[in-house]
Amino acid sequence: MTISAVWKSGSRLRSGTRLMACVALAALLAAPLGATAQAAKDALVVGMPVEPTGLDPTIAAPVSIGQVTWQNIYQGLTRISRAGKVEPQLARSWTISPDGLTYTFALQPGVTFHDGVPFDAAVAKFALDRARGATSSNPQKQFVEAIDSTEAPDAATLVVKLKRPVSDLLYRLGMPAAVMVAPASAEANRTSPVGTGPFRFKAWAKGDRVELERFDAYWDKAHPARLAHATFRFLPDAQAQAAALRAGDVDAFPEFSAPEIYTAFQADKAFRTVVGNTELKMIAGMNNARKPFDDVRVRRALMMAVDRKALVEGAWSGFGTPIGSQYTPNDPGFVDTTAVLPYDPAKAKALLAEAGYPKGFAFTLKTPQMAYLSRSAEVLQAMLADVGVTVKIEPTEFPAKWVQEVFKDKAYDMTIMTHAEPLDIDIFARENYYFNYANPKFVETYKAAAAATDLAERTKLIGAAQRLLAEDVPALFLFVMPKLGVWNAKVEGLWESEPVPSNDLTGVRWAE
Amino acid sequence: MSGALLSRLAGRLPLILGGAITACIIGTALVSQVWTPEAPTRMRFALKLKGPLAQGLLGTDHFGRDLTSMLMVGAWNSLSIAVLAVLLGAMAGTLLGVTAAARAGIIDGAIMRLCDILFAFPAVLSAIMLGALMGPGALTAVVAIGVFMIPVFARVTRSAAAQVWARDYVLAARAAGKGAARITLEHVLPNIAGQIIVQVTIQLGLAILTEAGLSFLGLGIAPPAPSWGRMLADAQTYLTAAPHLALVPGIAIALSVLGFNLLGDGLRDLIDPRRRLAA
Repeated sequence: MTISAVWKSGSRLRSGTRLMACVALAALLAAPLGATAQAAKDALVVGMPVEPTGLDPTIAAPVSIGQVTWQNIYQGLTRISRAGKVEPQLARSWTISPDGLTYTFALQPGVTFHDGVPFDAAVAKFALDRARGATSSNPQKQFVEAIDSTEAPDAATLVVKLKRPVSDLLYRLGMPAAVMVAPASAEANRTSPVGTGPFRFKAWAKGDRVELERFDAYWDKAHPARLAHATFRFLPDAQAQAAALRAGDVDAFPEFSAPEIYTAFQADKAFRTVVGNTELKMIAGMNNARKPFDDVRVRRALMMAVDRKALVEGAWSGFGTPIGSQYTPNDPGFVDTTAVLPYDPAKAKALLAEAGYPKGFAFTLKTPQMAYLSRSAEVLQAMLADVGVTVKIEPTEFPAKWVQEVFKDKAYDMTIMTHAEPLDIDIFARENYYFNYANPKFVETYKAAAAATDLAERTKLIGAAQRLLAEDVPALFLFVMPKLGVWNAKVEGLWESEPVPSNDLTGVRWAE
Repeated sequence: MSGALLSRLAGRLPLILGGAITACIIGTALVSQVWTPEAPTRMRFALKLKGPLAQGLLGTDHFGRDLTSMLMVGAWNSLSIAVLAVLLGAMAGTLLGVTAAARAGIIDGAIMRLCDILFAFPAVLSAIMLGALMGPGALTAVVAIGVFMIPVFARVTRSAAAQVWARDYVLAARAAGKGAARITLEHVLPNIAGQIIVQVTIQLGLAILTEAGLSFLGLGIAPPAPSWGRMLADAQTYLTAAPHLALVPGIAIALSVLGFNLLGDGLRDLIDPRRRLAA
């Protein structure tokens, strides 16, 4: 009734008036839309599934910290490029002494922090000393500990002396945990970060977003930030991520959470989808000190009971690359070791019988709540059941409960986890790490590889280390997670792959 | 004549409908223990995410498991947890309720205030606490839901039992020198049994719903044992791609809650003498 009444009164208007009304209405509707479209040209909203716990990558391990701050707010002496190569950054150039023990860095002049403090050799010395200090909680501490002393002979020169040669020092210096921080601002970086990068910190609404804005006094005039505003929004739920992308609330999701929803974006022309590589190695770590996992035959049998390809298909819709050791195809010196212990349930059963478990055995798999882990755990459970091994899945909340029970107390049989740090094959050489794995041969091989300054020698040794792990399987090496990137088709310059967990927005812009 | 018959039938409709639905679910659960179309835990990745009738009756899930078989075994798992939990709650609650009614005064007050405190904790919250203590699993779910049911039964039995205690035949029994325990066993319990049965039926529906909620949160029966709540949780990200994954367990949960509620209502109409008089 009401609708028809309105319609009638409208039809009484002269056609000219009606046309004008329509135009006015259209203009009204278009005005705000046009305004946001204009403003959106230099502002970008990036979505992330996990909110960082703080904003200082030099004091805590969660990769989400670096994914917000690295290259945007903070920079290092070197940096890792999108191709995974080491490039100069705050250090313009460097020379290495023939014995590989002394590194002399020539620093970039004219660099200032966002608060106006100039960056010089004294600051660089402070940042490295802070990272290796006695009270430091730097996630890369075992590496910076190789540094014997740091010296700043003049404002533009930094000399780093090592206790032993470290073949990948320049690579490690380019990672989020080794960024440069200033003495005056370092303590507060956790909540209000100050760096030398193209963006400065503006605001952090906990549980929702971190806002950055362009730093106009940025030192690298050749590569300034193209965006005036960058916002990171945190949306853990995959359905919410998809909805935010479709509604335009978020312009880019470099790490989309659900492959099964991702496939719908692949067919949509308004979005660009890029499946990239990451360093996220999913492995099922075993307690090598506990029976029966102390028996290498049992570990090998379990590995041979796992069909990695089917696991990737079942748990992650086929997105992912099987691996045979703690090394990804991204990493320098990678060898494919998936064929060392290939899927062979019959052989697995025979090995179990040989180890004294002809009827299999039962154990508990402590599984964090993340979908990719619990799903993979369920697939593992089904595959191991085929060789007579009973897996009890125990949901273990990450991070608090998992870190306490598995990582600290080592009270577990098997667990499943993704290890995000690049080049972390050394965790199997660490004493007292959660696998309780101690293989002198591996430690020796890894140490030799880490100390090798000759590239060919290093490649050979790191290959040997990978093969050792693949044969010894202290953990079931499963697959590398893909980076399911999806963003507005008009956004340019985001990284396709993730040699370092990051979202470098420096060169990102909207296409005209 | 036929009009009167029809209206009587209509009055019995909740009972008939609820009974039928409940019988179907219990039947499915029992059958699942001897036969399912497929092994409910068998993964077939080549057949994943098939729609209803395309593979099996109800299709397959993201691991290619047969949804029909999972639903059937899920019915058994949901029902057995619900039944055990309600039994636990009904026994403990009834004991508390009749004790409170028999011993008025401080004990009555103490028991009922204790129930008030228990009542303040939602089942999900107590399940999370219990899960932290004893690890998540079927037992945790049973205890959490059961404890949550105690105050419900305690209140119902106390008020019903208090009414019985006011009757003349109880007075006579007391005059004859019978003790409180004997009176409770011989006079109170037989007279309030009907109300307890009605309450058990209604609470069974609620227990199924709570069990589904707990396993949705990962606090229920451990995988690979199928459970309706976890099926629903797994279906979340497939809502657009394969809506049947969420619809199938969702409808099963809704139907069983409806069934038990209708049956409970019907039984109440049948048993409660006051309602019978009114009708």
